[in-house]
Amino acid sequence: MRLDFDYKPLLLVPVLALLALPLVGSGSTWLTLTVAGLAMGMIIFIIASGLTLVFGLMDVLNFGHGVFIALGAFVATSVLGAMGDWTGSSDIWRNLLAVLPAMLVAMAVAGAVGLAFERFIVRPVYGQHLKQILITMGGMIIGEELIKVIWGPQQIPLPLPAGMQGSWLIGEAAVEKYRVVAVIVGLLVFALLAWTLSRTKVGLLIRAGVQDREMVESLGYRIRRLFVGVFVAGSALAGLGGVMWGLYQQTVIPQMGAQVNILIFIVIIIGGLGSTAGALIGALLVGLMANYTGFLVPKVALFSNIALMVAVLLWRPQGVYPVANR
Amino acid sequence: MSNPLLTLEGVHTHIGAYHILHGVDLQVPRGQLTMLLGRNGAGKTTTLRTIMGLWQASAGRIAFGGQDITKRHTPQIAQLGIAYVPENMGIFADLTVKENMVLAARGARSAAQIDGERLAWIFRLFPAVQKFWNHPAGKLSGGQKQMLAVSRAIVEPRELLIVDEPSKGLAPAIINNMIDAFQQLKASGVTILLVEQNLSFARRLGDHVAVMDNGRVVHAGRMQALADDEALQQRLLGLSL
Repeated sequence: MRLDFDYKPLLLVPVLALLALPLVGSGSTWLTLTVAGLAMGMIIFIIASGLTLVFGLMDVLNFGHGVFIALGAFVATSVLGAMGDWTGSSDIWRNLLAVLPAMLVAMAVAGAVGLAFERFIVRPVYGQHLKQILITMGGMIIGEELIKVIWGPQQIPLPLPAGMQGSWLIGEAAVEKYRVVAVIVGLLVFALLAWTLSRTKVGLLIRAGVQDREMVESLGYRIRRLFVGVFVAGSALAGLGGVMWGLYQQTVIPQMGAQVNILIFIVIIIGGLGSTAGALIGALLVGLMANYTGFLVPKVALFSNIALMVAVLLWRPQGVYPVANR
Repeated sequence: MSNPLLTLEGVHTHIGAYHILHGVDLQVPRGQLTMLLGRNGAGKTTTLRTIMGLWQASAGRIAFGGQDITKRHTPQIAQLGIAYVPENMGIFADLTVKENMVLAARGARSAAQIDGERLAWIFRLFPAVQKFWNHPAGKLSGGQKQMLAVSRAIVEPRELLIVDEPSKGLAPAIINNMIDAFQQLKASGVTILLVEQNLSFARRLGDHVAVMDNGRVVHAGRMQALADDEALQQRLLGLSL
């Protein structure tokens, strides 16, 4: 019996980065782009991780996931706007003490709305994919309109706190401080998810449910309750991702969730539906590809990610880490 | 039959537009092993899935230990003390053997909390489970997966064990191992309901037998009586034991 870990997908990230090096030419530019790509990838991972589990666990296609991203970002504009003294300080610790409650409030609001979304929009259409697509997209449109009612239809600036602005110079390369913060937060979220999924009974149940939910029920566990918990947690993570995406873009608009949705679906398809580790690899690849092509050939930036997805699916039709039994 | 543990009375099951069970009547006596036999498509697997609530009965009544479970959901039925091993074994392939067992032990949060004596008994029944304890379950052979599936079903005491075709695709040596295990389980007082296509397996293990055809139970009685009556075997199964 061989116990080999499937390492090949892990190599895709460094291989893509190294392939881009000669094309970019300058080492310092390459480093800047790579850190930006990793930061973008980590933010997308935070958003996508919940969605991939929701699909894996209950076979639910939630095209409304984007509304939680926008909601998180708009809540952050309100919280950070009320903490101007803290965000205006050049002390990064005071900045973090402002961003942290913004993240927590955004997660709480997105999680609460996620609970209602699951109850009233998703639950009536379990097992009906076409209806799921239509009703969750409808839910997202309604959510966007409600955001416009509360915060207004216009673009709202979400400036980075003063201490997170600017860059650190590494040799000739400029590495933006916020991007490093985004990578660290993304790693913390991944570590927390990985620990929960591998070290706790709830995590075991989620992993088992993604593979065979009927068997989990036959063992005596109520998977619907588990699903509601995962849906709420996924919505809260999307809210956190929305805060981080908003700070990354430094502006927020009600349609931002719909814009990010495309990238998220590319990520979870590349990763393998239901796979958290796959979502991480997919998100890093998408983040890097978007930044490299955005620099080299800006006109094909979105197309490049679709091409990346096609290439991965030609190699592994069920994504880089297909979930067994699906 | 006095005081059966499980009773089905006139159970009908529809799957979509298809009417699969046409009034199944079945009694599973306590502490004994009942074989459910029948040709392919007779409704054996549907009967087990209907008992477990995986498909809802459209008519009739299912009672377990005197309680009506016809309309209950699968987790509630399992919590009453019924363990189920489906035909595909339901192994969580991406999880290790240990993680599969921890999940099956509802009262345990980790392997350390599984009843040690019971685990040692399972390891004696199925040494492969201990040998591959930390290995991914998806890497096990077919026979080892079946051993894991049964181990999972008995990791905590259950009143009724329902197993769908435990000998399917297994090598003769592993079938003998499985027969030993079921004999020990029976001796421990567990009530067992087995669906089987392997008639030699059925003959060696069964106390009682029910034969299904076209979604109904067409014969019920002692296994030995069926084993001794070749004409009956030919009529019911088209085969002889």
